[in-house]
Amino acid sequence: MAKGTTDSNQTVHPSEAPGVKRESLVLNNRSMSWITDRVCGIVENRQPFVWWILFVPSVLLASCLGYTLVYLVSTGVGVWGNNQPVAWGWAIVNFVFWIGIGHAGTLISAILFLTRQKWRTSVNRAAEAMTLFAVVCAGIYPGFHVGRFWMVWFLAPVPNSNEIWQNFKSPLLWDVFAVSTYFTVSVIFWYIGLIPDLATLRDRATTKVRKFLYGMFALGWRGGNRAWKHYEMGYLLLAALSTPLVLSVHSVVSFDFATSVVPGWHTTIFPPYFVAGAVFGGFAMVLTLMIPIRSLYGLQDMFTLKHIDNMAKIILLTGTIVGYAYIMELFMAYFSGNKFEGDAFYMRIVNGPYTWAYACMFFCNVIAPQIFWFDKIRRNLVVVFIVVMFVNAGMWFERFVIITTTLARDFLPGQWGYYSPTWVEWLMFAGTFGLFMMLFLLFIRFLPVIAISEVKGVLPESDAHYPDWQKLKKGRAGADA
Amino acid sequence: MKATTNSKPAYGYVAEFENATAIYHAAEKVRDAGFKRWDVHSPYPIHGMDAAMGLKKSWLSALVLAGGATGGLTALFLQFFTQVNLYPTVVQGKPTDFSTLPAFFPVIFELTILLSAFAVLGGLLVILMLPRLNHPLLASKTFLKFSDDGFIMSIEARDPKFSRERTKEMLESLGATNVELVEDEV
Repeated sequence: MAKGTTDSNQTVHPSEAPGVKRESLVLNNRSMSWITDRVCGIVENRQPFVWWILFVPSVLLASCLGYTLVYLVSTGVGVWGNNQPVAWGWAIVNFVFWIGIGHAGTLISAILFLTRQKWRTSVNRAAEAMTLFAVVCAGIYPGFHVGRFWMVWFLAPVPNSNEIWQNFKSPLLWDVFAVSTYFTVSVIFWYIGLIPDLATLRDRATTKVRKFLYGMFALGWRGGNRAWKHYEMGYLLLAALSTPLVLSVHSVVSFDFATSVVPGWHTTIFPPYFVAGAVFGGFAMVLTLMIPIRSLYGLQDMFTLKHIDNMAKIILLTGTIVGYAYIMELFMAYFSGNKFEGDAFYMRIVNGPYTWAYACMFFCNVIAPQIFWFDKIRRNLVVVFIVVMFVNAGMWFERFVIITTTLARDFLPGQWGYYSPTWVEWLMFAGTFGLFMMLFLLFIRFLPVIAISEVKGVLPESDAHYPDWQKLKKGRAGADA
Repeated sequence: MKATTNSKPAYGYVAEFENATAIYHAAEKVRDAGFKRWDVHSPYPIHGMDAAMGLKKSWLSALVLAGGATGGLTALFLQFFTQVNLYPTVVQGKPTDFSTLPAFFPVIFELTILLSAFAVLGGLLVILMLPRLNHPLLASKTFLKFSDDGFIMSIEARDPKFSRERTKEMLESLGATNVELVEDEV
């Protein structure tokens, strides 16, 4: 083990020790000021034309969301295609879809922090932002799915006008607590991580407005070690708190299904299966966003092929877990000997109204990512981008399969029905994508997409025991040009 | 900002060092010289600097433990009081007494995490005495390099060991490339 010890006499830096050759996290021997310039430059310079090409339609789509919501509230939930027996339709499909995407950010910031995966530093900021925006999109759906939006305060733990309290034994109420806690803690985690970088932007600001606004949000951060000491402790604690939290959120979402007695939902495999699926879909969305961003803003030296390779491996792993869960679900349906459970899966896969959705799901989630077994493929941006697009679609189909096919075929054939979305649901779903993209583009415009201070901390020379400053200086001469 | 003009009281010195190694070893010397009111400002947290400065472990964790305990107990109280005592609702034939504890775990867990996270944020702001937007150090151009690639040491004039001449000499002898006296704004 050649990892850095406290021994200050050591002459070989861990990153240069023989036998532990690792790919650098920041390529081309970049210096700290290069990192500052490159990341802050995105915020300080004019946005590339592509930014506007993406931003304008995003705003238009987001306003469609606003329109459909107003239409929904003023007319009634009948404008959705929800019916009996499929009362959960797209509203819940899209809720679970978005909340699942929102899992990658905290996973990268918390779990990879605790497991000391240093490569997380270039990805975590954007992934956390993506998490927040995905949870915003998710939160819209159950809020409006309650039917009378102005009654949504019934979800809060206060007695309603008849002095009736919420039923705390209901998984739906657990969900309210889980999702709102998740959002709040993610915001805190994100903001605490941003403080040092906001200070960097403040200190570089050339206009009064910038200096004032970044200065306000940087809270007067002065980067003293006495502050870093508490800051690092706080960050560690938040990571330790967020790790079980992120696992709990999708577990609780899965309880909405698993604690009901509907065949196809009433299974114990749901919590781990949902969490693996959420990580899977979330990483796919991170790559969907980061692959274009790294080329557009010239971040290839910080967000390297090594990062993409690692994330593709996580997608492969979680995709395989999801595939295992799909198959195990079938096995349990057969092995339990339960007629209804067996029939639910028979009608889901072989003979039912939505078998095509199951096929899409299985191909996108289980088969498509298997291509990531190959080293070369994981570093081929085009193929990776196509595969993560499949995963994005596949995870949406998974939620559609779980919710719609199950509800459309429950115990009595007399209750069976069919569900298809209306134009309002289509427009609303597109609108959430618009909102998501709009928020993300604004994030790129106004905040550092890469955690500047954290990336500086993984450079080899960040170590106080870095052995060879002369060599570093020579190697760097002209590198930043 | 000359050291000889005494029109304004001095906040202290800021001294720039070349790199993490230089400031690490300088910090060890300043610690051994017995200074108390000083700090090392860097763009990222330098590992081992706590020991080099002679700092103890952060006690933020104690606040967070208290926050978590408050959250857990609040949730326990909220659920038992409303579900067992104030408004027992019989849903799906489930009991309305203390045996329903397992159903209360998710909310207990979530509120524990939520209040712990609030304690992290609130605790940090209180311990670090932030926000403070008008600190004298922020007026120094040399100091502001800390948020890019500068390694800056600050020694406050309030430190009993501080002396305009000797502290400056000490910082220069420790290898500081640039020593600047910062005025106090107050």
